Amino acid sequence: MPMNVYTQSLDVSVWRGTASGGSFEHFSVPRQESQTILDVVTWIQQNAEPRLTYRFACRVGMCGSCAMTVNGVPRWTCRTHVDKVSDGGKLKIEPLANMPVIKDLACDMSEFFEKWQKAKSLFTPTKSRDDPMESIDPASPERVAASAGIECINCGICYAACDTVRWNEEYLGPAALNRAWTLANDERDGGWAERLTAVSQHGGCHSCRSHQSCEAHCPNELNPAGSIAGLKRLSVSAYLKGELK
Amino acid sequence: MRALRLYLVQRVTAAIMVPLVFLHLALILYAVQGGLSAEEILGRTQGSMLWAFIYGLFVLCASFHVSIGLTNILQEWTKLSRIWAANIAHSFAFIVMLLGFRAVYAVVW
Repeated sequence: MPMNVYTQSLDVSVWRGTASGGSFEHFSVPRQESQTILDVVTWIQQNAEPRLTYRFACRVGMCGSCAMTVNGVPRWTCRTHVDKVSDGGKLKIEPLANMPVIKDLACDMSEFFEKWQKAKSLFTPTKSRDDPMESIDPASPERVAASAGIECINCGICYAACDTVRWNEEYLGPAALNRAWTLANDERDGGWAERLTAVSQHGGCHSCRSHQSCEAHCPNELNPAGSIAGLKRLSVSAYLKGELK
Repeated sequence: MRALRLYLVQRVTAAIMVPLVFLHLALILYAVQGGLSAEEILGRTQGSMLWAFIYGLFVLCASFHVSIGLTNILQEWTKLSRIWAANIAHSFAFIVMLLGFRAVYAVVW
């Protein structure tokens, strides 16, 4: 189909407001071929409402900054085609859930990233630059487990989809715990004891209710719920061996 | 590590209760064969330390399991503080334990 032969328009409801409240505003957006949700939001800002606030950067599913709630489901908008999600030409676009709104579609992700730090999800090197490069077998079970989770782009979709995050403000969330699991399986990392202690506290891996919404919605098809299950096993095993006090 | 210990106790009590639940269900099917009269039930249970142990263990596991699970549910669904959620859940679990042990006592002794 050649470009721009669509004649119909999309009926788009966009949430407008701030942390203190807001409402939906309706826009009619021209339908185009291969149109993404981010294209729709950008069209509105450039042609109808220049004050519309939203966040994006790379437009190719790398940066994780454009996630929004589309027709009730958290999605990365730059890689979500209108064809796949529009409900008879209707779109309802909201900011991500479980995070405070800054304005319109942009939410405050501070707590999301602060929880990464609470989970001690920072790489702790065990060698200096003077040591020889460590040889890692890509087929070792630990490396396979780590590699399965490292493609997280920090988009916050799993965090927005998580029931436990909504219910328990202490809960570190799927992304931070997934990161902790990848580091726990990284042979070069030396921070496991401190990290395992951090993720075994209230709000850590044992607070996960295994609803698996994180896995269902992750745009990169990662399985944070599986990572958290791994952390639970690791935490219990370390405790029974007396390695966790 | 309190969160981890609570998690462990809840999983261990669940693991113990799984076979006990099946045993209890099987016993119900078996017990109704001879009619559900007080004589028939007491004839099987009175003086039996095995049944006292099995159902005593069941009551104990259920009480601990309930107190931890209910604390989590209350805290997450009602936004009560952890202390208040635990107080309510522990009180409920204590009542469950009292009633359970009373029932075990009544049919065994």
